[in-house]
Amino acid sequence: MAQVLPAESDLRRVIGDGADVADREVDGLDEKALLDLYRSLVLLRTYDERSVVYHRQGRVGTYAIFWNHEAMQAGSVHALSDDDWIFPSYRESAIGLLRGMPPATVLSWWRGHPAGWWNPADYNVASICVPIGTHVPHAAGLAWGKKLRGEPCCAIVYFGDGATSEGSFHEGANFAAVMNVPLILFCNNNQWAISTPITAQTRAETLADKAVGYGIPGVRVDGADVLAVYEATRDAVARARDGGGPTFIEAVTYRAAPHATADDPKAYIDLQRVEEEKKNECVGRYEGYLRRAGVLDDVRADEIKAWATKLMREAIAAAEAEPPADPALLFEHAFVDPPASFRSDLEELKRILG
Amino acid sequence: MAELSIVEAVNDCFHVELARDDSVLVLGEDVGRAGGVFRATAGLRDRFGADRCVDTPLAEAGILGTAVGLCMAGWRPVCEMQYDAFSYPCLDQLITHVGRYRWRTGGKLAFPLVVRMPYGGGVRAPELHDDSPETYYVHTPGVKVAIPSTPADAKGLLAAAIRDPDPVVILEPKLHYRTVRGDVPEGEYVVPLGKARLAREGTDLTLVAYGSMVPLCERAADAIDASVEVLDIRTLKPLDEESLLASAAKTGRVVIVQEAPRTCGYAAELAAILAEKAIYDLHGPVLRVTGYDVPYPYWQIEDAYMPSVERVVDAAQRLLQG
Repeated sequence: MAQVLPAESDLRRVIGDGADVADREVDGLDEKALLDLYRSLVLLRTYDERSVVYHRQGRVGTYAIFWNHEAMQAGSVHALSDDDWIFPSYRESAIGLLRGMPPATVLSWWRGHPAGWWNPADYNVASICVPIGTHVPHAAGLAWGKKLRGEPCCAIVYFGDGATSEGSFHEGANFAAVMNVPLILFCNNNQWAISTPITAQTRAETLADKAVGYGIPGVRVDGADVLAVYEATRDAVARARDGGGPTFIEAVTYRAAPHATADDPKAYIDLQRVEEEKKNECVGRYEGYLRRAGVLDDVRADEIKAWATKLMREAIAAAEAEPPADPALLFEHAFVDPPASFRSDLEELKRILG
Repeated sequence: MAELSIVEAVNDCFHVELARDDSVLVLGEDVGRAGGVFRATAGLRDRFGADRCVDTPLAEAGILGTAVGLCMAGWRPVCEMQYDAFSYPCLDQLITHVGRYRWRTGGKLAFPLVVRMPYGGGVRAPELHDDSPETYYVHTPGVKVAIPSTPADAKGLLAAAIRDPDPVVILEPKLHYRTVRGDVPEGEYVVPLGKARLAREGTDLTLVAYGSMVPLCERAADAIDASVEVLDIRTLKPLDEESLLASAAKTGRVVIVQEAPRTCGYAAELAAILAEKAIYDLHGPVLRVTGYDVPYPYWQIEDAYMPSVERVVDAAQRLLQG
């Protein structure tokens, strides 16, 4: 039996406030690594902000906004190696960008076009999971299967606070713990599941407390502090690679944007709190840290932002240049070995479509 | 050839397939140390190790969900659901992921997994050990479904499912796990998916069935004063439509027998296909003999629920006299 300490309650932080609370350094992160992390944050931020604009312009469909979640995504991905597998929820739809996936692919996914397909094995990024928490067992299975094959890879699965109420989360977390697999269960606790607050989701004081029941460590981190996220994930990855099994990371933030473009949170959210969170948002906080450390100046920051903006401009153009999807794709990939009925169905469809 | 029961044939298949392909892995509740509650996986843990025949936590969605991840890591998982009616939590994974994942990747990832379970009633068991859930599985796009009725098919269809590149669900008739015995080829033996089996030839009327209803239809055929054909569907998806239509054309009379409740059951699908493609060959309406649209009952009255020889004979005679 694993002996487990109580889960953490205080949030781990690295970035200070530029006044009373001092910045801390993270071992092993040189200037290049710090700037790479900034580049990833800016890329995700730009993807997200442009997507909301594209949605308003009718160029992408309903879109799940991840504004102020970038630190959780970039911080954790930077702590992985490229062999490690990522299992995103829809809130991490663009996380593949950090593995070299073209932004046009993710835009196409939100445009409902099959050009949004990708081969998970090309990036070690699983498909976006739309239902809540049902990909947690997938990540446990992948990590277990790799471990059985003796491959030194681990997996990370992202889900929100609401997902911890789901049976699939429980089954996946428990499976991973029992099988002692190299998995990081990464909970982005933004305190809202659409309109349902965390207090209606759980009676536990913290979500990290749930880890204790699985016999695994529960870590709490400030979700808007990219370096704290990085450091906590790096520790969990090291532990996983060392045969120590899964870790549950609860990254706490506050959802400062609507759940999705179809949502109007004015009816339920604390608008004053949203304004406070916006002032303290994760990209700006990291920018402040880098400037205080003398790693970033206006020229460099502008250069990176211009790069990301250009990338997105090209990406939406590429996504919009995709030819209309061929109806034959309905049938093409459902089975390796399709039934005979697919042939006659397609012939009939083509005849009617002309 | 060896004379085996259905559950022995399943076990034989596992021993052959796990030895043949070291990426095949069996997982489920009580499949390892106990060898399965019906002993379908007996001896596998001792022979192939605890990593190839895995006792899992009690988590049906977790079993199938981890199997999805195991496929991504290069395994060919075979999941056991302990009973038909305990399999429902795994439908979540089957519907939301297993049947869709390949399409979602534009055909780049394959999910060569198998879900198998004992199904059906008539075994004097407590509630929820008796369901015939095939319709839920058949209705899910992206998965194949087979139901054997003989020991040879139990081995051959499971082997085909394990080797198949797509997800396959196999339901095994627990009523006949030990009571039906038959010759089973030794060593590697595959019955291709998508091929029906003519269990008995006849010219006047066709009884169409699968799984535990096939032996029942054979007994009914003996009791009907006519030349009765019995068609064992074997693979519900993809269906061997050709064999179904050929038999309907030959006899002109079709009675479909299923143990599951009637409404939207698999018999309804077969009847619809006959209406679309065989109606001019038919001498009368397509009739169904099915379970009723009620919860599967406690076992003291389950015989009244189950399709019986008498009900099948009654339907056949109505059609023959029509």
